[in-house]
Amino acid sequence: MNVDWLLTHSPALLIAIPLLAAFLTPVIDRINKKARDAFVIIVLIIAEIIMIALAWDVFTGSAHIYTMGASSPTATIPAQAAVPIRIVLEVDGMSAFMGLISTTVSLAAGFYSLAFVKKETGQGRYYALLLLMLVGMLGMEFTGDIFNLFVFLEVLSMASAALIAYRFYYGDAVEGAFKYCVVSSLGALMVLFAIGLLYGQYDLLNMAALAKVMKYTTLDRIALVLLIAAFAMKCGAVPMHMWTPDSYTVAPAPITAMLVAASQASLYALFRICFSLYGLTLDVTTVGIIIIALGLLSMFVGVTMALPQKDIKRLMSYHAVSQTGYMLLGVGVGLYLLGKPDFDTYGMAAMEGGIFHIINHALYKGLLFLTAGAIFYKVKTRNLNEMGGLAHSMKFTTIFFMIGALAIAGIPPFNGFASKLLIYESAYHVSPILSIIAMLVSIITLASFVKVFHSAFMGPPMENAEEGDVPKSMIIGMAILTVGIILFGLFPGWVVSNIVHPAAQALAAQAGYIGSVAGGA
Amino acid sequence: MIYNIPFFAVIILIAVGMYAVIFRRNLIKIAIGITIVESAVNLFLITLGYREGGVAPIYTNLPANVVIPGGMVLPVPQALTLTSIVIGVAVLALMLSFIIRIYQYYGTLDSKKVRRLKE
Repeated sequence: MNVDWLLTHSPALLIAIPLLAAFLTPVIDRINKKARDAFVIIVLIIAEIIMIALAWDVFTGSAHIYTMGASSPTATIPAQAAVPIRIVLEVDGMSAFMGLISTTVSLAAGFYSLAFVKKETGQGRYYALLLLMLVGMLGMEFTGDIFNLFVFLEVLSMASAALIAYRFYYGDAVEGAFKYCVVSSLGALMVLFAIGLLYGQYDLLNMAALAKVMKYTTLDRIALVLLIAAFAMKCGAVPMHMWTPDSYTVAPAPITAMLVAASQASLYALFRICFSLYGLTLDVTTVGIIIIALGLLSMFVGVTMALPQKDIKRLMSYHAVSQTGYMLLGVGVGLYLLGKPDFDTYGMAAMEGGIFHIINHALYKGLLFLTAGAIFYKVKTRNLNEMGGLAHSMKFTTIFFMIGALAIAGIPPFNGFASKLLIYESAYHVSPILSIIAMLVSIITLASFVKVFHSAFMGPPMENAEEGDVPKSMIIGMAILTVGIILFGLFPGWVVSNIVHPAAQALAAQAGYIGSVAGGA
Repeated sequence: MIYNIPFFAVIILIAVGMYAVIFRRNLIKIAIGITIVESAVNLFLITLGYREGGVAPIYTNLPANVVIPGGMVLPVPQALTLTSIVIGVAVLALMLSFIIRIYQYYGTLDSKKVRRLKE
């Protein structure tokens, strides 16, 4: 078992290891609780290490292809057939980028959970579902097969729904979970219907092979509408955002951080469908404008809904909707300009901004949700009016919260600034109004986090507050994400050229995506 | 025309299911609505898989004059449907268990009354 073997098989291993570990976890739980915790953390660390190795190889080299069940991983087309029939995993720059986000957030959430759910029952199943969420995300991001995408989408949705309802004794947790379950299963059925439409026309399920023969008929358009609607709903874009605040609020804090990454997996699927499956065959101007409009609406409605909230996690959930808008705006501008001469000048910069914002958002929003969880752990309430003076006892959490809040508001030198600047600069060329709205939203975001900071951390200490900060494992979980925020904020140039640019390039260059599976564009 | 009837059934079933999900207030009826939409999508996939004069790809019991593999149908839609049915069962079970819990804590199945989150 050498490094080459590991790299070749890493796409399959990354899905297989957490999947098998997920079903082993309840068994180990029966034997020893400590062993189970260690086992879950080790699995998450292994996944992170393999993911970093794979991502490094993809960013510096070329996309990895892995054909399930074939004699050699690169044999995508069987000997007797003309088209890919087997399930193909295709890890290009964008997939590897998203995989990095998923594994990092899962690792932080795993550490954080150790203390956070210590007093709950059914922890074995909790960790099993947490690992299944990781499997669902990685599967959605790696797969090159559109039906496989649906299967992993369902794996992700079901695991998430069950975890949202984990603290079922609150009652409202189950309410949020039911809402999430209804929305995601309807969305998934729309995806399946669209897959049926595509399969009925082309007899293909492989995305690269489909993209090669895509003719953009009326049926393809219907399929596109269904796919965009379903994935925009799953990533929480306005006007399909109703489920986001409800389910984010009631889920345990580490799961909320995971849900942010899960929404981004849906965002990835949306971009993959637009860029790699349809590409230039679709009417990029119209679809680009629709995605930009979705982005602007999400940004503005999200942030204005966030301002009056009194529940700390509900407030942050609306901010999550608003930040999703930035990603849709950035990549929407890229899609709008795709194939036009301006693409190379600022269309690419817009896509880099939008994609860079995905990883930044996963880091700082994950961190903010974890700090909200730490506050809840300490004071047992999410109501901002009932808390205050927490800075006296929770020093680490206060620092983490400040870093997260400054990053989300786009204050240098944190990472939010770098990606927002890229989006402002490039969206300005399409229409100055886009940048103005984006900046305005950023300012309102800062205002609302100043409010949270003031009411939660400032003021005299609470009378009945316990001394000391939250347990160590929760601090480790938050620290993992904080380190990411600071590093990405200090070296944005290196990150953009070495990580974000290959991802944006992989999305924009459809021929490369097709060529690596179907052979010849 | 006769071959198009399943497609009309698909459309009607999706409409009925969507109606139940959007306008019905009883949570169990919402769950039923989702199951109906799911059946419609499954029916759609199965209908796509039908080829006139095609033979099921079972090698051991083939009629004598079938060309291999051209005369057989590719059983992908059937495989998709099986997967989708399995997923559907899991979704339904999860939703029903949520409904049981909601009934325990709220004492009602009316979606207008199950809204503690909106306060």
